[in-house]
Amino acid sequence: MNLPSILLWGFVATVVLTGALSASQGMGLSRMSIPFMLGTMVTPNRGRAMAIGVLMHFFNGWIFATVYALAFESLGRATWWLGAAGGLVHGLFVLLTLMPVLPGFHPRMASEQHGPTPARLLQPPGFMALHYGRRTPIVTILAHIAYGAILGSFYQLAM
Amino acid sequence: MSAPPRISDYAIIGDGRAAALISGRGSLDWLCLPRFDSPSVFGALLDPGKGGTFAIRPVGDFTAHRRYVGHTNVLETTFESANGALKLTDFMPVAGSAKRRQLWPEHEVLRRLEATAGEVEIEITCNPRPDYGLAGSDFRNRGALGFRFEHDGWVLMLRSDLPFDLKVEAGKVIGRGTLVPGARYWISLGFAAEEPAVLPMTGDVADERLRETLEWWEGWADRCAYEGPHLEWVVRSALALKLMSYSPSGAIVAAPTTSLPEQLGGSRNWDYRYCWLRDASFTTRALFDLGYHEEAESFLAWLLHATRLSWPELRVLYDVFGNSRLPERELTHLAGYAGSRPVRIGNGAHDQMQLDIYGEVVEAAFQYVQRGGELDRTAARMLVGLGKTVCRRWREPDSGIWESRSELQHYTASKVMCWIALDRLLRLHAAGHVRAPAADFEKARGELRTAIESRGYDESLGSYVSIFDSQEIDASLLLLGLHRYSDPDSPRMRGTCERIRERLGTDGLLYRSVPESDGLTGKEGAFGICSFWAIELRALQGDREGARAEFEHLLTFANDVGLFAEEIDTATGDALGNFPQAFTHIGLLTAARALTENSATPSMVQS
Repeated sequence: MNLPSILLWGFVATVVLTGALSASQGMGLSRMSIPFMLGTMVTPNRGRAMAIGVLMHFFNGWIFATVYALAFESLGRATWWLGAAGGLVHGLFVLLTLMPVLPGFHPRMASEQHGPTPARLLQPPGFMALHYGRRTPIVTILAHIAYGAILGSFYQLAM
Repeated sequence: MSAPPRISDYAIIGDGRAAALISGRGSLDWLCLPRFDSPSVFGALLDPGKGGTFAIRPVGDFTAHRRYVGHTNVLETTFESANGALKLTDFMPVAGSAKRRQLWPEHEVLRRLEATAGEVEIEITCNPRPDYGLAGSDFRNRGALGFRFEHDGWVLMLRSDLPFDLKVEAGKVIGRGTLVPGARYWISLGFAAEEPAVLPMTGDVADERLRETLEWWEGWADRCAYEGPHLEWVVRSALALKLMSYSPSGAIVAAPTTSLPEQLGGSRNWDYRYCWLRDASFTTRALFDLGYHEEAESFLAWLLHATRLSWPELRVLYDVFGNSRLPERELTHLAGYAGSRPVRIGNGAHDQMQLDIYGEVVEAAFQYVQRGGELDRTAARMLVGLGKTVCRRWREPDSGIWESRSELQHYTASKVMCWIALDRLLRLHAAGHVRAPAADFEKARGELRTAIESRGYDESLGSYVSIFDSQEIDASLLLLGLHRYSDPDSPRMRGTCERIRERLGTDGLLYRSVPESDGLTGKEGAFGICSFWAIELRALQGDREGARAEFEHLLTFANDVGLFAEEIDTATGDALGNFPQAFTHIGLLTAARALTENSATPSMVQS
């Protein structure tokens, strides 16, 4: 694996992913904020949660970039479309697998069945994170496709 | 259709970013989210049919009385009917450190219901109509998570712990049931636009929010340094002013409403959900005098920051983040308050030229420095730039302080404020706070005084006049004394006060100008802030007893919870115009201070 390439392009891809999701929030397309959701696992303080969440998000971005790199290495090539395909799978994984189980391990997220408690107040994402806006699935998938495409385009295979 | 509540029937709650108006009948009829100038979510105030409302009230006939709980912005309305009594407590939670310990919704309206005597049957309707009533309510029942209404990227969540079920009917949440004495119930409405919603809570969490909110407001009110008569009025005005302050930027909006009419059924309906520079110096002075230094400095920081984009020119008004492009348009689908059309959003004054605001901004900064503040290099350069603009443009006609929509004129008050700008800058220069081209500023200041004293004063009237070389009088001339351009006790200023009272006074109130002299048709009421200006000036002239009597008379025109609109209907005493109005309350605060003993020493340095 090419670690410097993972670090560099993992960072760039995460910047683009985060920027795309933030822009969609700003444009009223979705309220999904991965940094906010990650950060509120650690603290209920909104401002601090965002700061911590951004750091956690970038760390996650590198972990996922490593997985992409492993895939590229095992296939022996890295192209934008291969990365984009990975991003599509990645986005679907987030929406279909990660989001539904999030209330189970997020300490401040309410459950669909039992409603909120004093400690668990955050709205759960629901199926495909649709509780965070009807356009959330499409925005999330497109952002992850961009993430994968960047990695596929720029990751340099280890010799 | 029944008559709408009078404007004075409303009281305000808020959280420092948005504010709601609730009628004496328990109906939340105005709320724009996420900030003051966002489209309304509840707008029955401007159209009971289309606007949307969130009403809680007993079924059948009842009487109601209300109050704010102590020195807070928590509203308590008590309904009494033949069967019993219901206490409704309304607030939007605010808190300091509590928000670091628990997740809070971006905005929340909490309403607590308590039957205090007998069994009370109540009815509830929550019918938000976003986009100024253009969109309909579309709540969905999400079981344990409450009712959810999603619109245009944001979401409203409604939850309650009432002993009867709420249901969705035609998109609205409605309910009807009976409350028995002793128990307390909550209805909570949460709003989220940016992130996943934090669900609104009832029960113990809501109780805790109420406690924290009461504590926060009481703590804030306790910081009020005012000592003197009419303390309750001063504190209430400060609390109202705080509700109109946008905490993320420090801006203060003129009022949280748009298009409440200056004449019932008339067309003088304007959007006041923006920040005018016009009363910047009085606002700063009032906040400093009350001991709210943090708020005053925050307001000044906003003032200097917001004006940076248009510098070295100034615009008349800005939004809470300093955007000055606020085109006016009419909402033709709304009926208007009591049929007063058109309903306008945006404000046509945004592209007017007003010279007085240069003096206002410089004077505000001058007050800050007088109280020990330091100007950084950028602020100092900005202020000097404003002075240069004054030197370049003071000979031009402008729209004047009242934002006249007729032809531009040479308004005396505008020239005086130009004089104030240069005078204060020269003082700041002399004290080393700014580096100004002193010779140029002194020359222009001298020319301004000559022009004002020769063309802005009429010997035959024995008064300053509102427009150069005319014999018109308006209340803006009171500013000459209040800003100490002219000694309040000078013959010229005394003569001016007499003429103003003669021509514009009625029953202890003042009109701002002779009717229809502003290029618009229709009458308007007496102006609250002008009436307070006259009282302040009277006190500064030494007639403190007379001023006090007038002040106390003027207080009788406030509503039952101490709030003023922009204007007062001289025939009925009712509130007119946008409500509550920050400038009127600022006028009350500065007048109250002028009545106190220690105000014998003017709060501003003599010119």
